[in-house]
Amino acid sequence: MISVKQISKSFGSTFAVNQVSFEVLEGESLILLGTSGCGKTTTLKMINRLIVPDSGEITIHGKKIYEEKPEILRRNIGYVLQNNGLFPHYTVAENIAIVPKLLNWDNKKITSRINEIIEKLHLPESYLAMFPSELSGGQQQRVGLARALVTDPSILLMDEPFGALDNVTRSSIRKEFKALEELKRKTMVMVTHDIHEAFELADRICLMDKGEIIQIGTPKELLYQPVNKFSEDFLASEKLSLAFKVASLNDIWDFLPASDHETPNIISSTENVWDAMEKLQTQSRLGIKNESGDQKNIDFDQLTAAFSQYQKNPVS
Amino acid sequence: MSENQQSLWQFMIEQSDKLLNQTLQHLGLTFISLFFAVLIGLPLGILIARKQKLSGSVLAFAGILQTIPSIALLGFMIPLLGIGAKPAIVALLIYALLPIIRNTYTGIVGVDPSVREAAKAMGMSAKQILFKVELPLAMPVILAGIRTATVINVGVATLASYIAAGGLGEFIFGGISLNNTNMILAGAIPAAILAIVLDGLLALIQNLNFKKLRKILIVVPVAILILSGLYLLPKAYGNSLTAGFTPEFMGRQDGDLGLKSVYGLKINTIVISDAVMYKAAFEKELDVISGYSTDGRLKAFDLTILKDDKLIFPPYYAAPIVRESSLKKFPELESVLNLLAGKITDAVMTDLNYKTDQLHQSPEKVAKDFLVSQNLFKVSKNSKGGIVRIGSKIFGEQYILAEMYKMLIQGNTNYQVATKTGLGGTKICFDALVNDQIDFYPEYTGTGLLVLLQPNAEFAKKIAHDKNQTYQYVKDEFKKKYQIKWLTPIGFNNSYALMMRRKQSKDLGVYTITDLKQYLDNNK
Repeated sequence: MISVKQISKSFGSTFAVNQVSFEVLEGESLILLGTSGCGKTTTLKMINRLIVPDSGEITIHGKKIYEEKPEILRRNIGYVLQNNGLFPHYTVAENIAIVPKLLNWDNKKITSRINEIIEKLHLPESYLAMFPSELSGGQQQRVGLARALVTDPSILLMDEPFGALDNVTRSSIRKEFKALEELKRKTMVMVTHDIHEAFELADRICLMDKGEIIQIGTPKELLYQPVNKFSEDFLASEKLSLAFKVASLNDIWDFLPASDHETPNIISSTENVWDAMEKLQTQSRLGIKNESGDQKNIDFDQLTAAFSQYQKNPVS
Repeated sequence: MSENQQSLWQFMIEQSDKLLNQTLQHLGLTFISLFFAVLIGLPLGILIARKQKLSGSVLAFAGILQTIPSIALLGFMIPLLGIGAKPAIVALLIYALLPIIRNTYTGIVGVDPSVREAAKAMGMSAKQILFKVELPLAMPVILAGIRTATVINVGVATLASYIAAGGLGEFIFGGISLNNTNMILAGAIPAAILAIVLDGLLALIQNLNFKKLRKILIVVPVAILILSGLYLLPKAYGNSLTAGFTPEFMGRQDGDLGLKSVYGLKINTIVISDAVMYKAAFEKELDVISGYSTDGRLKAFDLTILKDDKLIFPPYYAAPIVRESSLKKFPELESVLNLLAGKITDAVMTDLNYKTDQLHQSPEKVAKDFLVSQNLFKVSKNSKGGIVRIGSKIFGEQYILAEMYKMLIQGNTNYQVATKTGLGGTKICFDALVNDQIDFYPEYTGTGLLVLLQPNAEFAKKIAHDKNQTYQYVKDEFKKKYQIKWLTPIGFNNSYALMMRRKQSKDLGVYTITDLKQYLDNNK
């Protein structure tokens, strides 16, 4: 658990971060969202002491971060950068082994753990002996992620991890990322300026502007209960597509018609409406199964009809 | 002399021992200084990359050091460090410093900030970041700096022979003084090859990829250390006294060669430039030096001349030598130049030299005072006639003579005067005259005979000790060969001489060169 209390940081006479407080629960992913210069990256970097706040207090698992040597603190926090920050003079294997070596793991353990993590991230073993410059941007970012995850830290900080990638690579890697078992139980703070990215990956979103928090809440809360005009305007242009993304099939379950047409394509009702719509672009019918094992088989029209029913009174 | 027809290759084979020794010394000098430059420059570069406020002043300071002319820098070193290896290494180190500091700084500052941030965020300490990330990534740039420094050092190390530190400069400067092209090339070609080969090798290392670079990086410091060691190879130190001879003296029959063959003198010898030799003798760095008998520093440093009892040093009577075409062009010139004929004796010349060298009077003032005392001075007519070009070699006496001639010409004729003083050595001055770049300069009969004409050794030996025979011979030969006329000698004889400190000469009872040989033989 990360607890941030009233931290401020100014560069010169302007506040980069002003009196920011939030908590990130165990296993939760909090996304710091905002335009560039809003203080989100500064806030993130104060958590692993890359930047020292002028005032305020940060604790991790109840322990003040300034009571530890910064090196020790950082070795136990995974960190992913926008430009991956891989060492160009290290091979992929050596890059991934940096933190384990700092923690004095023995070589056997390092090798076996590296093999395990690259398999999970779908990196072929042949990459291990290559240098970062020989890989594509997407693959480099995967290696960066492997490097951050190799020691299985309980906390992961990510600074625009997909920011340097092209749109296609970006959405595919994001999906993979979301499905990654390694990340499920991690306490995660991630910075992004991409609203869709935030809505797809966040348990909660912390919307920031000019160094201050505007609103913290679940994606649904942000979308349907904006606290002020800034909050509302920020999402306005994307409002419809975001609505598809925050609504799960569970949310609209009651509006879906029961039907008997069996289909081999079945997805879970925890998926969102957007993903279901995407699947119905390539196939005519889709089976949806909920937690209690009931199944409804629908087509595109039925899905959109159910969604518009739901939109009249969205549950938040 | 048979050397005339000798090919470069023959010369190099004949002198292969010396050549090898000088090449090793040269490499040694280059790499010792490089080693220390890296030892100082690398940490300094790291420091200013950390504290960027310092970078401006440190780089500016290193830049200023770089701009000091090499000869001047070597000169500054002598009072501090004496002569020989120490000052040469320090001077070379100073030249190597800037590229190493600057490239270390640039290399480290140029490391991708996101890589540095990643290293920090993963929990590397400042030291780990420096050694595992910043230095390896900056290495190609740092190596480029070392490469530049190496090439600079190979070049500047040729000047080390000026202060008795050896190296290929001994051949180069000896060759220039002796008008011996083979000797110049025997020094210059290996020096150039060294520079090219070292540059190429370092370029290879610099362009390796990270993987190979890591392995070979250990080799570089080891190689630098081994090459540095070359300079420390034991030298044959014969006996208790040390002689410092100029490169010119080293290669002359009427110099070191004659001392060896006629006197059988075996003395531990180092090669040193004329500019610093007297001072080094005064400061007891050297015991015996090869000076000029009219040099003002003889008086200033209280040195005494050892008598040349076997007459190996031929007389060097000074006289202006003039292009015959110039005499036609300027009909009044000859009589004006001859106004000085016979007017300056050895003692007078030594005194005039003393005034410029030690009392630091300008050659102009010394020349004027002398002409006034001789009633030869006339105020310049400031005429607009043809321009007479006067040359002079690069030492005090020649400057004074050039000034005197200038005043005489301006006072007595309607010609204008252009002086081209400070022409490097005999060869440069003489070439300028032959190629019609100057009209005349003061030359010495001995030099004309032994350096410029170089008749066969036996004939030279026969006539060299007779003042009149030598003068007549050079006069006839120059007229025949070069259409250059020797005017009447000025009077003084500026010959080579071996010198010691007056006190030491007395203490050891050494007054002649034969005494010196006996002393050396008895004190091995």
